[in-house]
Amino acid sequence: MAADDIYILGINMTKFGKYPDKDTVDLAAEAVLAALKDGQVTMADMGVMAAGCLMGQGGIGQMIQKQVGQTGIPVYNVSNACATGATALRTVIMAIKAGECDMGLAVGVEKLAGVGLLGASSAPKGAGKEWKPSGRYGSVTNTDGLVGTANMPGTFAQVGMEYGQKYGGASFELFAKISEKNHSHSTLNPLAAYQKAMTLDEIMNDIMIAYPNTRPMCSANCDGAAAAVLVSGAKLRTLSKEQQRRAVKVSASILTSDPYQEACQVLPDVNTLTRIAAKQAYEQAGVSPSDLDLVELHDCFATAELVHYDNLMLCEEGGAVDFFNSGATWRTGSTPVNVSGGLQSKGHPIAATGIANVWEVCHHLRGEAGPRQIEGAKVGLAHVIGLGSACGIHILEKSAL
Amino acid sequence: MVGYNNPFGDDMTMTQVPLVDYLVLGDTPHLEANECTACGARFFDRRNACAACFATDFKKTKISTTGTVRSFTIVTFAAPGVPVPFVAAVINCDGTSVRANVINVDATPEKVTLDMPVRLATYSLGTDDNGNEAIGFGFEPA
Repeated sequence: MAADDIYILGINMTKFGKYPDKDTVDLAAEAVLAALKDGQVTMADMGVMAAGCLMGQGGIGQMIQKQVGQTGIPVYNVSNACATGATALRTVIMAIKAGECDMGLAVGVEKLAGVGLLGASSAPKGAGKEWKPSGRYGSVTNTDGLVGTANMPGTFAQVGMEYGQKYGGASFELFAKISEKNHSHSTLNPLAAYQKAMTLDEIMNDIMIAYPNTRPMCSANCDGAAAAVLVSGAKLRTLSKEQQRRAVKVSASILTSDPYQEACQVLPDVNTLTRIAAKQAYEQAGVSPSDLDLVELHDCFATAELVHYDNLMLCEEGGAVDFFNSGATWRTGSTPVNVSGGLQSKGHPIAATGIANVWEVCHHLRGEAGPRQIEGAKVGLAHVIGLGSACGIHILEKSAL
Repeated sequence: MVGYNNPFGDDMTMTQVPLVDYLVLGDTPHLEANECTACGARFFDRRNACAACFATDFKKTKISTTGTVRSFTIVTFAAPGVPVPFVAAVINCDGTSVRANVINVDATPEKVTLDMPVRLATYSLGTDDNGNEAIGFGFEPA
């Protein structure tokens, strides 16, 4: 292991689901203590901490410290939409790379069970009162529902339909089949919020949220936390053989924002920044998409998963529909995608997601995934995207030991 | 149609206000963008500098009132009080993408299709307590 390589020493995610009796600090502290234990280290070893809780108030990192150990280390509270967890991870990686410390802690937590529709604004005003222009568009009332939609299911439905407009073949049934795959995968993941297989008919006949996304094709709002301990290669060399054997190499850590594209002000462009991040990640890691044994990508909606096959270059450009139809992305296929069940069934506690997907990949690379183990997994990729936009990609490799 | 005769007074003209400030009313309602004079990038809100090329000069430009549906969704579940279903879409207006509803059509995947030709249409959102009428817009099948 090279001295300036970065490794994940310990990592943990809570079971995702509903925790009416626990708050975000409880959940985050649970994940942190378990990640430290997994890495066989303590808070005294940590030189930096980055923490995220998108819907929470500021200062989540310090609040967590009060439950797990206050040692005076710098805390970075980060917020980057659905890429918040990946941003926390990357912040710690940058601090270690910069030589400020040799070990650090990243944590993300969210409580979302029962919050309902994300990105929805309130109803337009009825007649009466006063039509008074306000805001950046001088609008006289709330425009959601009058000038398209900014709600998440509708936005990502359009992302998938746009792909269909460009390349064809993206039908309601195709998107539902992607969801069928992820729900099937979830049955093997005891930490998923939902572990129920669903037939294509059940998925297509469920409540329509925003065509072509029915309810089971949308990410599940739930509670959960995930945490990771990162270490430099130099420091890892001084640790036990057991710690070295279970350590997972971070071969690439990339964060991008969206470069200007025509239409990006109208419909968020989740494609360009993901494609750029993927290209950078493959270059940094020295691996190609065909080397990947598993991929956890940001399937916030079934419509989103399709476009990311293409953006992550798992298939040739424009070939995502054929790629999926070939069976490649099922756990038995050539490039298993979202064997955790994905956000549609594992759940999507926003700030935890960008660490939980890394946990899933690590679990397989360590050979500890039990019944859902992808046999012989050596390289995996974890991807998240937050609207606005931010894209985080981590490529992970099994320890050489 | 800037105004019409108020039924309660012979000469009173009711003022119309656009739903958003980039909707220009009058005889030929249309959308208007801030166009970067350096690179031609178009924005519907105000910009300090161009997001594409960083130049700081903009001019108003008229957006084509016809286009095609580049992407759409039929929203059937929205925030309380938002009438559903509605068709939210991205319209390609001669190369400029516009966010809008597709209106005056059944909100079903049988009636709304990708690449469908559409044109700008306006409609009343009602009158406020001061007698001002808000005018919304959408794109209808052409």
